Amino acid sequence: MKSVSEILTENGTRESWIQLIEVASREVFELMLDCRLTVPVTAEETPVGVTAMVGLAGQLCGVLSIRCNGRTAALMTSKMLGVALDNVGPDVADALGEVCNMIAGNFKNKIAGLGNRCMLSPPSVITGSDYDLHSLAVSPALEVRLLFEGLPILVSLHVRHIHG
Amino acid sequence: MDSVRCLIVDDSSVMRKIVERCLRQAGLDLKQVLEAGNGAEALSVLRDNVVDLILCDINMPVMDGLEFVKQLPGVPNAKGVPVVMITTEGSEAHVVQAISCGAQGYIRKPFTAEQVKEHVMPVLAGKS
Repeated sequence: MKSVSEILTENGTRESWIQLIEVASREVFELMLDCRLTVPVTAEETPVGVTAMVGLAGQLCGVLSIRCNGRTAALMTSKMLGVALDNVGPDVADALGEVCNMIAGNFKNKIAGLGNRCMLSPPSVITGSDYDLHSLAVSPALEVRLLFEGLPILVSLHVRHIHG
Repeated sequence: MDSVRCLIVDDSSVMRKIVERCLRQAGLDLKQVLEAGNGAEALSVLRDNVVDLILCDINMPVMDGLEFVKQLPGVPNAKGVPVVMITTEGSEAHVVQAISCGAQGYIRKPFTAEQVKEHVMPVLAGKS
């Protein structure tokens, strides 16, 4: 049985999955927020204030997360709901959770045969930055750094198991 | 098209608001919009209310969208009311499962207002 690391490094799977995460993220932002994500020129650290996570279980087990600061999450919420930034209320966690859920769903639906063999958990959202994520992933996370309205976001996939 | 009474079922209040906005952008004259956070709440809403259209997520706590659709025939107010699923579950198997449970349409998240219109208008036209 091959390890996750072996599968991810086979035939450029790791690189192709990173591209799929980026495409899945771009589609969610373009369709639901009417906003085009861009790629940062430099790989700066993403300031963390809010983290949304969705678990994947089945043929692919892991955690997909999206991190950004609170202002960025509030701006996403305002774009999703079509309301002014000042009028964004307590919906920020719900909105970021839905963005994460849609990226996870969109990503798995892009991998042939995975759509029906991988389930998604309801989103969980953490507010704050003083935490460590222990996902039991057995290989380095697949990370995509993007800019939303010039503000950094980080989309990560921690893979624990891939069942062939 | 006459004004429409609609029930939106999703555990995310943000998504319920987005769906309502898309329906309005699609040109639907919404006479009444009812909301529920899961299938069980939706069944409860339908015991006291009559609607023309139901839009429903699949993955929800307490009662998921597929179970909700299966139970709809037992609700007198829901007879003949079209159901369109709106979900991140986009595999063909999920679509087949939803349709076999009784849904008339299927929209994958993420979606645009135009896609909502494309899926909702035919089922409403079929109803009338």
